[in-house]
Amino acid sequence: MYALQWKEKVCATCPSADCLLKCQYISFARHDEAHGEMMKVVRGEDSRVLHECATCYACEEYCKRGNHPFYLISERREERGMFTAPRPITNQWKNMTQMQGKYMVGQVKDKALSCCFIPDLGILGTGEIFKDVASAVAFGAEFMCPAVHTHFARMSVIKERLPIVIENFVKLGVKEVICLHDECYGTFTAIASAYGIDVPFKPVYYMDFLLSRMKEMKDRIKPLGIKAAYQRPCSNRLIPDKHPLVKEILDLIGVELPNREYQGENCLCCGEILRSVSGYKLADDVQERNLNDMVQTGAEYCVFNCPACQSSLSEKVAKKGLKPVHIIDLCKMALGEKERGVR
Amino acid sequence: MSDILKALIEIVGERGVSNTPEELWFYSRDPGVLTPHLPDYVVAPRTTEEVRKIVLLANREKIPVVPMGNGMSLTGLVIPLKGGIVLDMKRMNKILEVNAMARYAVVEGGTSQGVLKAYLQEHYPQLRHSIPDAPPTTTIAANAALHGQGRLTQQYGFNSEMVTGLEVVLPTGEVCLIGSPSLGPYWFSRGPTMPDLSALFLGWLGTTGIITKIGLRLYPNKKIRDVELFVTDRVDLIPDILYKLTHLEILEDVNVWFQPKPLMFQGNFHITLYFTGDTEEEIAFKRRMVWDALQEYMDSKDGGFMSVQYMKEMLMEMPQRGIADFADVPKGGGFEYSGPITIIEHFPQYAAKVVELAAKYDVLYASSARLISGGHCMMFSISFAFNRNDPAMMTRVKHALDEATAFALEMGGIPWKPNFMEQKMIMEKMDKNALKLLQMIKNNLDPQGIMNPGNWEVNS
Ligand SMILES: Cc1cc2nc3c(=O)[nH]c(=O)nc-3n(C[C@H](O)[C@H](O)[C@H](O)COP(=O)(O)OP(=O)(O)OC[C@H]3O[C@@H](n4cnc5c(N)ncnc54)[C@H](O)[C@@H]3O)c2cc1C
Ligand code: SF4
Ligand code: SF4
Repeated sequence: MYALQWKEKVCATCPSADCLLKCQYISFARHDEAHGEMMKVVRGEDSRVLHECATCYACEEYCKRGNHPFYLISERREERGMFTAPRPITNQWKNMTQMQGKYMVGQVKDKALSCCFIPDLGILGTGEIFKDVASAVAFGAEFMCPAVHTHFARMSVIKERLPIVIENFVKLGVKEVICLHDECYGTFTAIASAYGIDVPFKPVYYMDFLLSRMKEMKDRIKPLGIKAAYQRPCSNRLIPDKHPLVKEILDLIGVELPNREYQGENCLCCGEILRSVSGYKLADDVQERNLNDMVQTGAEYCVFNCPACQSSLSEKVAKKGLKPVHIIDLCKMALGEKERGVR
Repeated sequence: MSDILKALIEIVGERGVSNTPEELWFYSRDPGVLTPHLPDYVVAPRTTEEVRKIVLLANREKIPVVPMGNGMSLTGLVIPLKGGIVLDMKRMNKILEVNAMARYAVVEGGTSQGVLKAYLQEHYPQLRHSIPDAPPTTTIAANAALHGQGRLTQQYGFNSEMVTGLEVVLPTGEVCLIGSPSLGPYWFSRGPTMPDLSALFLGWLGTTGIITKIGLRLYPNKKIRDVELFVTDRVDLIPDILYKLTHLEILEDVNVWFQPKPLMFQGNFHITLYFTGDTEEEIAFKRRMVWDALQEYMDSKDGGFMSVQYMKEMLMEMPQRGIADFADVPKGGGFEYSGPITIIEHFPQYAAKVVELAAKYDVLYASSARLISGGHCMMFSISFAFNRNDPAMMTRVKHALDEATAFALEMGGIPWKPNFMEQKMIMEKMDKNALKLLQMIKNNLDPQGIMNPGNWEVNS
């Protein structure tokens, strides 16, 4: 079984303890308190962090010293037999994402277009932007990144399934896998490397692909001239270096990204997992603050990166008067392939 | 051509009668597991007068008459066990009146659920009726005749309790108005404050008369409907959870279901909770009440709310088509359920029995219980899917269903829409004086024993 590669000394001597001091869900008065709790987690002792962490993934971004505090918290919770969400929900996720041989693979050669286990991604990965790779779709639990189980503190599921998913891609003979789901890219890069799991193909982040395709088709872009608030997904915390791509893409298609309180490191997640883990009070509060913050920017659109966020927030943002749209659809709109509007 | 056929043609016209083999074949069976039996004639009347004449003829000639709506009750209730006439009521499908202020509708005896739903949606969008999850082609009168349940049963009781008046053709040919319409033009009460005569026809499965008109309560149709899905893996907690939920007095409908397939549902019990409101605030308030009521199970990690985003469309359907999909899991499109009415306390024992029967008879199960009247009881369905082209599988399902009924009776439950054998089991077990009363009623109303014979055979 793979093990989390953890640099204990790096933690022990950490001057910031940013992982916990910046946490939006657990408050600490001072550095020594936060650091002390993290060290308890490191030593495998009980800590309030194990009971209060809302599983937002953010400390993966806050730690700038190469450690993986959130994976460790999840490991420790599992070691203690703890459940973050109710047990039946945890097991349901495990069952729902179980490989059952019901996958779909298109004409894959050296490149695959990974749609994870999210049907909406198959629709997004079409049109001029994806014309060379759209037929190379890989979809299903067999190709799904198992990162979601970190929310449920079931790292064992990840360690068991991730090598199989990687192997499934390898069997297709691919050199590159374009990940349409943010979380897949995060899994093949950040999680795999934290656990020393070899990924023998090149994972490509779809926003890198999108940016380069849009640059290639620059002449065809009709700037949209709109303002859009961005909903950053939890999984993007695993790959913070990719976050600036959003602005680059939106700049290119004439979409203004207004400043708001909950952006960048201070962003708020879509809240749906919080609903399972902590109940509706926290989830409603997070969603309300997040959406009000979007509204006060005067944005016309809410632009999504992750279809799961889009599915949980679309109706809610629409009720606040914003149009929900995926960033790929915004690009398609700029190319004139798609009507301006809601999807 | 026989004299009877001629007489029938005289009553309903040529297009309203058939005795061609292919048609008789269709009317000899239902989608359940009971053995088919051919009728002699299929007759489709259009008016009460035609029904009356058919019954008089049948009485004179001692021919069985089996009233039929859509034939979807699954337990062989419209299989003409002793031949005779299948009286297909579907051409009597008019909506006669909607009294919006008194919130009732009057429809003909063959009007389907779908027709009334569409009519209300178009003309009275502020009103609705308690639609069952049966196919929309099933009929309102038949549903009342078998004490059906629908979307508003959790709040207001069995659909038969929503009846506000009847017009019935008695087995001897008299046309009888029951309830307030027997005194005046209004169809607002089936009985009270008089003796409630509707009980002579509701639950009798067409063995005491033919309903030609039926009044039905309508209810407010709130602007917004929403749903939550609570799951737990502890069956022992279900009665308590349901008790807490019904205490809220805010839920439209509550269904508890469990099934081994697809895998995502395995191991859990699902409670689908519907609530309605006229504003977003009302919905949000009700949702919070539901969540708060079950917070303790979330804290103990024994239960939680599942995200319904991807299933919402399916869950919100009325009727829910997904129920019928189950029939095709083993391929071959057969499914039948036993649906005893029982107390909620017994949920765990019934749940264990379903799993035991499915394993014993090697059949695929699904179970869904619907709460009735704020939790006074529930309909616990024990459903088995089967391949209609696999007689051995059908026999196994039949045995499993028989055993389920025996179990329900042992547990003090009442089999719902019982087939003729289950009716016998009920009569054997019931209080002897109650059985005598049943005999008195049936023998007086139907002296020739022509109405749906084989069913509620009180004399055998
Ligand atoms: C997928 C599926 C889901 C279902 N879900 C539900 C549900 O949620 N709730 C529910 O209650 N049922 C449900 N059912 C069972 C059944 O379909 C319904 O109860 C339905 O209302 C039966 O109507 P029908 O017109 O098909 O009745 P039929 O089978 O035609 O008749 C039923 C009984 O009523 C008698 N009858 C018919 N018409 C008259 C009349 N005019 N006068 C006197 N007696 C008459 C018949 O002789 C028979 O005994 C379901 C069935 C299926 C297949
Ligand atoms: S996880 Fe990172 S930020 Fe937190 S204490 Fe360790 S080194 Fe510091
Ligand atoms: S995952 Fe989020 S909630 Fe949990 S400790 Fe890290 S930052 Fe805090």
